[in-house]
Amino acid sequence: MAKRVARMGILTALAMVFSYVEVLIPFSFGIPGVKLGVANLVVLTGLYLLQPQEVFLISLVRILLMGVLFGNAASLFYSIAGGTLSFCVMLISKKSGWFSAIGVSAAGGVSHNLGQLIAAMVVLGSKKIGYYFPVLILAGIVTGVLIGIVSDRIVKTLGKLEPDGIF
Amino acid sequence: MNRRDGILITILLLTAGILYMIFSYADGQDADRVVVTLDGELYGVYPLSENKVFTVETDRGYNVIVIEDKQVYIKEADCPDGYCMKQGKIRTGQESLVCLPHRLVVEVESTSETEGQEKLDAVTH
Repeated sequence: MAKRVARMGILTALAMVFSYVEVLIPFSFGIPGVKLGVANLVVLTGLYLLQPQEVFLISLVRILLMGVLFGNAASLFYSIAGGTLSFCVMLISKKSGWFSAIGVSAAGGVSHNLGQLIAAMVVLGSKKIGYYFPVLILAGIVTGVLIGIVSDRIVKTLGKLEPDGIF
Repeated sequence: MNRRDGILITILLLTAGILYMIFSYADGQDADRVVVTLDGELYGVYPLSENKVFTVETDRGYNVIVIEDKQVYIKEADCPDGYCMKQGKIRTGQESLVCLPHRLVVEVESTSETEGQEKLDAVTH
């Protein structure tokens, strides 16, 4: 138990560092609000190496802490909506066994953007920003595939080690 | 990357393309008015043809909205991210300016918008 808590704490810190790097150096694609989502590396890789509930907690704690430190109430709500939806979609698509980490990540990227967009539609009471969705699908695919390629390498490298020797 | 990944990505790309075409089709008319929504409630409607500069101010902050040459943009705001200003100028019904921190939405509509909206709902539901 203590080992699990320690491992989750370390990975939450790692995810926060990734988020923070992105606050400092935004990897922008020229579309307002779109970012690479490097912290998703931890979530995606975690899905392959840890229990799902551990990964979900890591993701949620990271979002809450980053929201408290650098965001505001509104951005926290969008992040939770995007993070929760993409976690569920990635978990299901991973469990289906159909896709590699790249496919899982692309599905996660698109659903993350969809979750945020739906949250924004609810908060702003505007259906019209749904017009933004096609652009966000494209952005989700691009960022998802990039993160997926990196995560795929990490999983393959770590997979060669002893299962319990990683952490 | 395996074959199923490729299929998934292709389906997602097609979805984006089809949605884009549906949205373009459903809202092709020329817009003629500017609708400002604050916190989900209608704040004001302004003609797109008249040049106008006005400030929307709440306890969350302010946005300076400019209507100029049948285009709308946000010139100045004190939101932390400044995305609303980066979104540029809009003039058709498919575009909107959104300032999430201030819960402000600026949209361009045509007066016959209700008709277009129903058409869109019929396609998407």
